[in-house]
Amino acid sequence: MQLTKVNRSIRVDGAFKRLLLFVSLGLIVLLLCFLWSLIALSFPAIQRFGLSFLWSMDWDPVREQFGALPFLVGTLSTSFLALLISLPFAFAVAVFLGVYYPHGTASTLLRYTIELIAAVPSVIYGFWGLAVLLPMVRSMQTSLHISPAGYGIFSASLVLAIMIIPYAASLGASMMLMVPAHLKEAAYALGATKWEMIQYVVIPYTRSGLFAGVLLSLGRALGETMAVTMLIGNTALLPKSIFDTGTTMASVIANELGEANKTVYTAALIELGLVLFVVTIVINILGKKIIKMAS
Amino acid sequence: MKQEISYRIFKSSAVHVLMVLLAIGCVVPLLAIIFFIVKSGISHIDLDFMLHTERPPMVAGGGIIHALLGSFIVVGIAAILAIPIGVLAGVYLSEYRHTKLASATRLAVDVLQGIPSIVIGVIAYMWLVKSSGTRPAILGHSGYSGSIALAFMMLPIIIRSTEETLLMLPDSLREAGLALGLPMYKVILTIILPCGFNGIITGIILAVARVAGETAPLLFTAFGNSHLALNPKEPMETLPHIIYKYANSPIPNWQGTAWGAALVLLVWVFFLNIITKLLTARWKVQL
Amino acid sequence: MESTIIKSIDYNAYFGDNHVVKHVNMDIPERTALAVMGPSGCGKTTFLRGINRMHELIPGATATGAIQLSGENVLQMHPIQVRLKIGMVFQRPNPFPNLSIYENVIAGYLLNHIKLPKADKDLIVEQSLRKVALWDEVKDSLTKKGTFLSGGQQQRLCIARALAMEPSVILFDEPTSALDPISTATVEALFEELKKKYTLIIVTHNMQQAARVSDKTAFFYMGELVEYGATQQIFNQPVDIRTQQYIAGKFS
Repeated sequence: MQLTKVNRSIRVDGAFKRLLLFVSLGLIVLLLCFLWSLIALSFPAIQRFGLSFLWSMDWDPVREQFGALPFLVGTLSTSFLALLISLPFAFAVAVFLGVYYPHGTASTLLRYTIELIAAVPSVIYGFWGLAVLLPMVRSMQTSLHISPAGYGIFSASLVLAIMIIPYAASLGASMMLMVPAHLKEAAYALGATKWEMIQYVVIPYTRSGLFAGVLLSLGRALGETMAVTMLIGNTALLPKSIFDTGTTMASVIANELGEANKTVYTAALIELGLVLFVVTIVINILGKKIIKMAS
Repeated sequence: MKQEISYRIFKSSAVHVLMVLLAIGCVVPLLAIIFFIVKSGISHIDLDFMLHTERPPMVAGGGIIHALLGSFIVVGIAAILAIPIGVLAGVYLSEYRHTKLASATRLAVDVLQGIPSIVIGVIAYMWLVKSSGTRPAILGHSGYSGSIALAFMMLPIIIRSTEETLLMLPDSLREAGLALGLPMYKVILTIILPCGFNGIITGIILAVARVAGETAPLLFTAFGNSHLALNPKEPMETLPHIIYKYANSPIPNWQGTAWGAALVLLVWVFFLNIITKLLTARWKVQL
Repeated sequence: MESTIIKSIDYNAYFGDNHVVKHVNMDIPERTALAVMGPSGCGKTTFLRGINRMHELIPGATATGAIQLSGENVLQMHPIQVRLKIGMVFQRPNPFPNLSIYENVIAGYLLNHIKLPKADKDLIVEQSLRKVALWDEVKDSLTKKGTFLSGGQQQRLCIARALAMEPSVILFDEPTSALDPISTATVEALFEELKKKYTLIIVTHNMQQAARVSDKTAFFYMGELVEYGATQQIFNQPVDIRTQQYIAGKFS
């Protein structure tokens, strides 16, 4: 082979590797820029309000007073309520796919269903929630003698619950499929029933993986914007019951960032974004680390 | 003793039934959504719907052509931006996986994947759309701003699936190429990438399906437009955004159009997901 | 008397601090079949992979000393240049699944963008496939992908792929351990033919194969080249006690 050709190959090889390095480094730099921007742009609000931002209830753009407590409560209550509602279903899907029916048509159908649930766009969930869930919630509220607003924490949590089922369910199922057959057989050989085998072998073995699934579902719920915004009512008062309307951090950003005209106002909204950013990242990284340790 | 055993067996069966019921229960909302959207949306889809743009509130008719084309353009540009970067990064993570930079990049990709879409929208807004101090807006409300925001969201999906696809290829393939005297970049371009082609395409389609339905990053970037806008420098309407806008409005005409748009979006997203299933099925057989 | 084509001069290989191949000195004559054998972990594969600079692909792997190919030290050449002169066949048959049989044979030229007239390419493909006794079996399916072939046929395809580059030396890393007995016999018959024109270095953990196929044998143990000589002599009158015990099956 000609020497020049080999030398050219060697040079291109080096250039290609440098390109790959550049791209990878670029991603890290991009992420750091995200973080930097969020901190820098929310600084005016951090400076002005400090930590009281998190427990003050006063959100008044006109008087330039920004307290985020109602939104924190809104986000946390919808997310945790959604998590609570979704967990039994997610667990059921996990044992269905991971223990009872790992192969076969039933398993394939359910798996497709779960994937499609995850694929439906958020805005469609919100729209459907408006048209179908709200009237149902309203009639429920009427029968409970509550004012039938429909909108509120409860409705938002219901839709959010549906949306986050796939995350815990699919992770749980794959964790359960990894339980070694010989462990399960050992339980059966001792006379355990299927449910007992699940309780004493599968669940302890997959405990951290299941927890990670819960964390990932929570992370997803905290950041969800569109469906929640369409159903929660968007009032800036502190909600006192699950049938009250409220707002989440994500919704207030969605509703107000476009019109925020003062620096402090924008900074306050971005500070909310920063909080969301940090919290969801910590939860996601924690969840992924647990999964890596468990597999 | 026998009583206790039959109780335990009964309990196990009861739990089994409960789990099956709850699992099937998950299918119900999906079917309800599909059914309702098809029912409400199908009556609104006609040629008028597909070819016209927005009509004023009191006028009948009105369509989504501007949103359809807008979605194509914004998502298309996002894909053009994200695919090369995503595939290259995926190649790096798989072929140089033991380096420290690879671990750091993998962490960055994980973090990027977890960022809520509204936060991506905020960042794109502050970087590209809003003017700050003396600096004028770089892109303003435009299709391009929206595309960049969506590209940020597509990157982790494409990187992840490229990396996983390439990791599944046996090392002996790489060694065979190297032993023939090929430089590493040729091994990657002529052997590794072609062999992993299906998996990489699947990742790209999944990324497209994901961002096609995203609204939050577009709220302050692409922004929306009542008229037909084909130039990405202008604000553009997109399918998910028009659904959001019309769904929240009290105007019945607009609500009807929103159902039609929701049906179109749903069909499109499901269609893309089904294609990935067919692609992966074929690929599994080949390898 | 054949001249030496590969000369190993105090060659050492390391994985990090782990000294896995120790002070190997060996002269390998051309147009010979050399069997390299020894128990698992003795360093035979590491030594083989050092010859065509594949050893250093593993992070932390280093080597010292010299291995001369016709007088030139491969450790000082660029790896690509070395690999264009020395071919390798691996344990698991690995034809490229995205290329046809025809393209697989000339893959070395194709993937390096070395342009050849079609007539030349056809000639190389036919000659290489004939040398591995595969031509008659695949000449009508040259445009099909090679994955439908049996394991033995795939391995012969890989040998043809290496031959097409006209190397002077071909390295074999346990080439029949993944094959059934009949395919193994076919490949071993190939060695008889190939060694008339090429130098073959065959790592094998199958002693009987070493005895059947090779002219010279090298016995490695714990990283050292313990004994090296004519195959007849190694198997019938081994000098070193470790060689004797290995052949007697005392360890494997």
